[in-house]
Amino acid sequence: MADDAVIKVRDLVVGFGDQIVLDHLSLDVRGGEILGLVGGSGSGKSVLLRTLIGLLPKRHGSIEVLGVDLDKANELERRALERRWGVLFQQGALFSSLTVRQNVQFPMRENLGLSPRLLDEMALAKLEMVGLTSQDADKFPSELSGGMTKRVALARALALDPEIVFLDEPTSGLDPISAGDFDELIRTLQQTLEITVFMVTHDLESLYTACDRIAVLADGKVVADGPITAMLESEHPWVKTYFQGKRGAMLADQRISA
Amino acid sequence: MGEILLTSELKGERLLLAAGGSWTATHASELEALVDGVAGEAAKARNVSIDMAGVREFDTFGAWLLERLTREWTSSGRETVIVGLPAHDRGLLEEMHGVNREPATTPARENKIVSSLAAIGQAGAGVGRGLMVFADMLGALGVATARMLVRPREFRFTSTVHQLDRVAWQAVPIILLITFLIGGIIAQQGIFHFRKFGAELYAVDLVGILILREIGVLIVAIMVAGRSGSSYTAELGSMKMREEIDALRTMGFDPIEVLILPRIIVLVIALPVLTFLGSLAALYGGGLVAWLYGGMSPDIYIARLTEAISLTHFKVGIIKAPFMGLVIGVVACSEGLRVKGSAESLGLQTTKSVVESIFLVIVLDGLFAIFFASIGM
Repeated sequence: MADDAVIKVRDLVVGFGDQIVLDHLSLDVRGGEILGLVGGSGSGKSVLLRTLIGLLPKRHGSIEVLGVDLDKANELERRALERRWGVLFQQGALFSSLTVRQNVQFPMRENLGLSPRLLDEMALAKLEMVGLTSQDADKFPSELSGGMTKRVALARALALDPEIVFLDEPTSGLDPISAGDFDELIRTLQQTLEITVFMVTHDLESLYTACDRIAVLADGKVVADGPITAMLESEHPWVKTYFQGKRGAMLADQRISA
Repeated sequence: MGEILLTSELKGERLLLAAGGSWTATHASELEALVDGVAGEAAKARNVSIDMAGVREFDTFGAWLLERLTREWTSSGRETVIVGLPAHDRGLLEEMHGVNREPATTPARENKIVSSLAAIGQAGAGVGRGLMVFADMLGALGVATARMLVRPREFRFTSTVHQLDRVAWQAVPIILLITFLIGGIIAQQGIFHFRKFGAELYAVDLVGILILREIGVLIVAIMVAGRSGSSYTAELGSMKMREEIDALRTMGFDPIEVLILPRIIVLVIALPVLTFLGSLAALYGGGLVAWLYGGMSPDIYIARLTEAISLTHFKVGIIKAPFMGLVIGVVACSEGLRVKGSAESLGLQTTKSVVESIFLVIVLDGLFAIFFASIGM
């Protein structure tokens, strides 16, 4: 296991009632990589993500993020840690009573104590980085399209220049072109900002274009992890159907011939 | 490590700047002060060189402030060069080079008098719009009712029973408790003040007439507006937000028929029933207080009550009840459908729904008072 891991998960058990969702799961995310987490519906991808960011309680095991053990951290250390990561929720989770600009400014306003001018400039800078214009800044979340909502949510996740960004199905609900653009955007941002990206996804295309490494979740464990080539060679039945099924094979052919 | 630096030195026409420390989000506000402080020093210089070699950490906040500084100088014709910036941070600076290029759009400041006049005008227009919405809902409800009468099999019976359980049955305990207390309070006040004239017995007339004609139905209507009206608005509003109402419409269902008609019918049925129960509890409470506080035996209280009140008083109260149910239902449902996308709007419409329906209930009560007086009831 690598030493440069920014997220270290060991022996994690998470469940609801009698149902065990994550069963002694271990996973490392290395600094500066884009890790794509895949798995069937209901395999616990989102549960893992929500446990990592502290929204769900775990039953057993340890989670270490950026060198901080989540169990041992006190209130203050936790809050400091939360400022070093950004989260993009599946539905965007934008604050519906704030404008786009105010949504992006919210974390900065609460944490940094900036002047109004710098606050405005930084919010616009972040929005422009994710491909939005100043015309969109004064819209309310209910007036945005699905793709724009995701972009604003990404801008808000990046507001404090985090070291890790958690993305929960960033391209779900987007058309293939927008999804492709979004993957590229994540890739470029990850390179310029030098962040680590932990991405839960269903989108095969994203796995090919955006991710450095892929971890496959099945039966509550990580059953395979490695680059896309390793996935194509994997013998695990679920991994095989996923990557070498009809859609998977088509994409693989395109990529190899291209 | 944590300290940030920006030192300047003027050599003839050349300004040399040396930066150091963490140019990051955490230090952004101090950094801005430094950058703004140094901005004016280039007044005499023709070209500027910024040495970034001492900078340990660099993020978008630092990059933007650096870009802001150089942009200012470049636009005033000074040659600005940045040296010593690591290659990977250059990409970040280039990213920042393209942003905030459009002139900032500051919303035009409005005249205070004009804007306050505009607010009054808009509020007035809002009242008009509110009345239109009310009339619109009433009309749609009429159409839905007519359709239901033609094809009674399409009536949502299960939904109606479910709502009846929530709105009427589950409201019984709290309604009984509150009206019981109100009846007791009216009796106590009546006895206390009438005692001065030796007319304690008339306190029973006060309790009987007031409760049957006015207080019973009003208290119940206000309770139901707060309890069920608000929940109707919130329910329909969140269904509107999550496009559930649009989904119903596209499946060929009329939301008025499916969601609103059963709810309003339930209110029209529930209010008279609750009023009846509430009035009973209030009279009981009044009797108890008259006995314990006024020393009036239950026999005397009942005898006096049968003398003081007639069926007319009861009718006056109970006739009003279904109309109040209708008003509460129509206001609650139409406000629910006016909810827009945000959580704030849901809260706003729910507040409006409760305030408006209580207001209209009282107005309606006044109109009924005039009507009953003129027909001699």
